[in-house]
Amino acid sequence: MIRWLLLILGGALLGGIVHLASVIILPRTATQDAYARLAPIAPVNSVVALPVPTPEKAVMPFMDPAFASAICLYDLSQGPLKLTVPVSPAYTSVSFYTRSNVAYYAINDRAAGRRVIELDLMTTAQHDQVPEDEEVTAADRLIVESPTPTGIIAIRAMAPEPGLMRVAQGTVAASKCVTQAEPARPQRK
Amino acid sequence: MRLLFGTLFGLAIAAAVGLGLTYYALAHGTSFGGLAIEGWTAWPKTGTVDADPYARASISRTGRLPTAMGDGVSFSLKSDDDGKALDGRCEVVVAGITPVARFWTLTLYNADGGLVANSTNRYGFTSQEIVRRSDGSFEIVVAPRANSGNWLPTGGVDRYELVLRLYDTAVGVATKAGREIPMPDVTTRSCP
Repeated sequence: MIRWLLLILGGALLGGIVHLASVIILPRTATQDAYARLAPIAPVNSVVALPVPTPEKAVMPFMDPAFASAICLYDLSQGPLKLTVPVSPAYTSVSFYTRSNVAYYAINDRAAGRRVIELDLMTTAQHDQVPEDEEVTAADRLIVESPTPTGIIAIRAMAPEPGLMRVAQGTVAASKCVTQAEPARPQRK
Repeated sequence: MRLLFGTLFGLAIAAAVGLGLTYYALAHGTSFGGLAIEGWTAWPKTGTVDADPYARASISRTGRLPTAMGDGVSFSLKSDDDGKALDGRCEVVVAGITPVARFWTLTLYNADGGLVANSTNRYGFTSQEIVRRSDGSFEIVVAPRANSGNWLPTGGVDRYELVLRLYDTAVGVATKAGREIPMPDVTTRSCP
């Protein structure tokens, strides 16, 4: 009797470990996560406009139907990325996600404070290579560090009324994400 | 022989308990650091790199991209103020005001996070579309049949979820429930 109770107790304890392990492993094994849904329709390092969600078809669940959105799946292995997003009349935001769909940075039109949101996305290693004097001269240049070499940029513009959806779609479609060549290393003697 | 059976029994219990807990936690959207105000719940941390393993697993499993901190915060609601599950066959009134934000949207989703088909192609309201009372508060009627004023059609689905997204807002990780963040009241007015 005690033997079985001990087995049940041991099993339950081991079950706790199984539970924690499965929760942690799940994001690495998910086949229907946002990145996997977007990868077939979006070539890497270019902006692709997403269709506005409808009851019949939506690229991802829980998309806000009041927004026009576009995404850029990025790969920084070829060098940093330059992102340019024109600002729509209502509300425009750019959110950055890692390969495992975790948001690590977001900026909106008001925080950017300009008519165009312009920024450079690079890995920490690439940021370290940017010559210091260049960083000083380009003080108004916004640099975002990506924790992973690949990930997702979501560009979203609001259409406060259905009639303004065209304008919002035009805004996100005019965005660009372009790979820049590695910055030339200064020659040292 | 007894040792073998005992070990197998223990392992079977471990697998059942472990995977059962995981399924339960993800199906019910369990995550730490939830901000619950009058039934509306948001997980501001889910939109940051501090997202806990449960939030990460849930994001991967559903396939959504969470609203990032710095963009906004999204509150979801599955039952009215009396704790009754939101029913698409009933007439539900969402009334009051929202916390301060530059824009907000209120959207109706089915259990899978999809939009619900209806004759007017209306899936939600934005803060600019809404018709308000003279004091700035609003009233939205969520019902299967047409209503005057702000009517959000349910398409007659059994269960639905309302998501209120605040964009460019101060509400976030540091926010605590209180008078500074008033959420709209949700009451079921009539059921067939």
